[in-house]
Amino acid sequence: MRESTMLKLSYLAMLIFTMFASFWLEIAFKVHVLRRMKRVLLSLLPISLGFLIWDAYAIAQGHWYFDQKQVTGINGPFSIPIEEILFFLIIPIAVLMTLEGVARIKPQWKHPELRK
Amino acid sequence: METPGAAQMIYSDIVIAILIFSVLLDLFGFKNSLLTRPIFWSSYAIILPFQLLTNWWLTSRNIVMYDPDVISGLRIMSAPVEDLIFGFALILNVMGMWEYWGTKGVQKD
Repeated sequence: MRESTMLKLSYLAMLIFTMFASFWLEIAFKVHVLRRMKRVLLSLLPISLGFLIWDAYAIAQGHWYFDQKQVTGINGPFSIPIEEILFFLIIPIAVLMTLEGVARIKPQWKHPELRK
Repeated sequence: METPGAAQMIYSDIVIAILIFSVLLDLFGFKNSLLTRPIFWSSYAIILPFQLLTNWWLTSRNIVMYDPDVISGLRIMSAPVEDLIFGFALILNVMGMWEYWGTKGVQKD
């Protein structure tokens, strides 16, 4: 692959790293986050949508901006890079897997109504 | 009109407002505050190094850049401290929502 093509995957690489760093918990710790996708989406959509609205505003205002050589260049609505949208999907899933991983080891720490 | 060179710290202001909102939501919005329980702080202790690492990646390589006028200027491992605070709020509220839907019986197990 050409170096400039590799460079365009810089942001995406961080998201793929996060997936590798956390998604193994699904199998090894049986955290069963991915198989509860309805609950995942209900949990992250209100939060992530809020943050994406802020992201759109901040990008429009120039509060932050992205090096176009280091992102794929694929944009969602309001000039939000696809990486930012994936960020708000992948990071919360990694977070929930960590929480459920800890709950596997320390079930007594779970929410009282969620203990078996 | 803005005074030239006057720091607006807009990102700082928004992130503090979001932090306050997320803490209030956790303490008073949900039945069992995560901030008062070891499961949250243990999970966050695991997440924090990854948060610092991924923030460092995005900022040290200038993948994401900030208007210097909108941030406080305080940086931890190359990333604006605002990024760390935003991440904390995101983590806290996603976990809170997850527990909330669990207690409502949505895919509890």
